[in-house]
Amino acid sequence: MWKFIHQLASPPHFYRIAAKMIPWFMVPALLLIGYGTYAGLFLAPMDYQQGDAFRIIYVHVPSAYLSMMAYMVMAISAGIGLIWRIKLSHAVAAAAAPIGACFTFLALATGSIWGKPMWGTWWEWGDPRLTSELIMLFLYIGYMALRGAIDDTVKADKASAVLALVGAVNVPIIHFSVEWWSSLHQGPTLIKEGGPAMDPAMLYPLLAMILGFTLLFGAMLLRRVRTEVLFRERRTKWVNELVLSGGK
Amino acid sequence: MTNEDSSVGLMSGVLGVARRDLLLAWKRPGDILNPLFFFAMVAALFPLAVGPSPEQLQFSGPAVMWVAALLAMLLSLNSLFLSDFEDGSLDQMLTSPVPLSALALGKTLAHWLTSGLPLVVVAPVVAVTFQMPFFVTGYLMLTLLLGTISLSLLGSVGAALTVGLHRGTALLSLLILPLAMPILIFGARTVSLVAAGDGAAGGLYFLAAYAVLTLSFAPFATAAALRISNE
Repeated sequence: MWKFIHQLASPPHFYRIAAKMIPWFMVPALLLIGYGTYAGLFLAPMDYQQGDAFRIIYVHVPSAYLSMMAYMVMAISAGIGLIWRIKLSHAVAAAAAPIGACFTFLALATGSIWGKPMWGTWWEWGDPRLTSELIMLFLYIGYMALRGAIDDTVKADKASAVLALVGAVNVPIIHFSVEWWSSLHQGPTLIKEGGPAMDPAMLYPLLAMILGFTLLFGAMLLRRVRTEVLFRERRTKWVNELVLSGGK
Repeated sequence: MTNEDSSVGLMSGVLGVARRDLLLAWKRPGDILNPLFFFAMVAALFPLAVGPSPEQLQFSGPAVMWVAALLAMLLSLNSLFLSDFEDGSLDQMLTSPVPLSALALGKTLAHWLTSGLPLVVVAPVVAVTFQMPFFVTGYLMLTLLLGTISLSLLGSVGAALTVGLHRGTALLSLLILPLAMPILIFGARTVSLVAAGDGAAGGLYFLAAYAVLTLSFAPFATAAALRISNE
């Protein structure tokens, strides 16, 4: 097991293994998202209050969840890179940031589209989760801006890792302080005592979408890390050989 | 060397750096005064933009003054490590036997004394122009006192990360502003709540807790960031 992990941390090895792993993430992700989309749009019953508008949760909830998850992946791998000086985990952090930012944007966009018919406005400052999602997007932007401003990759890795860790300490505090406002948002329905307060016909597509989005995130992350590794190792022998052999 | 010796070195490191920075600031009073004028000017922009209605000014006063204070703090943060970086003092600090985090704390202390504390002192003058009642002004000063401590400490991490980068100014704001939002929320909202007749204890407790949290973590993050920036 340890040997496997050690081998995984070596860039050429990772590059090969990741290529084999991507389909294992991608195929189930597409199947689950396909099922979730169809079941969510056609099979799930209408909500008695929100009508068809509720169906946007099938995109909104998974993206909001992944925006947090991607930040965690980013901060943890940045921390690992900083402490144990593993180059690969810095590459993971660098690759996770833009994906997380995209999911955050998607969560914001779908949240505001849902808000228009439900609240009557595109944007509602009184809603704590929408607001902390916006601050989340700002955190991602700051992280990527710092990375972009430093030319030296090693330095950029370490500096942005410090920022990611400081941000990770702050994320719960930001969330809590924004919660302090009055809330207009729906209370939690998925995770609460006595099981989810949702019809199974609505729930299963949502769970499928969450799992599918997570697998999709995994596939995109692996793909991005692969290119990141290739770029970072562009002066090494194995990349040279890879290019000369036509990518095999 | 005994244990006692090294702890004396720690304290004298913090105070020595703080004293040096205060002396430097004293020689260049513009560095202290300019952010204060900036604070007053940004605060004055809002009445000009919103209109002279006293009710509106009273309502928006706490928020406007807190935003202005936040921006003024950012303005002075940019130069926190810049001159040390340029004249090589930072290299001296990096090789000093005193832990870098202690020196960073000393610099942050001096920064707070020259930019945070003056804001707290000047705030009542600006508050008068916003028709803020006397006891609300007291709470404004208290929240600013606690909030600027955290801002100085949090900002020192950002300043250390961006020192030596040419595009530092806008970048520093991008890094620090999202992290500073809890301070802004609790600072401004607490004053608004007091103005509306509510209690302030919760907000003050939060600001104090956040100041303690940043005090215990930020110097180490700043030291790590300085090492990285100077590699």
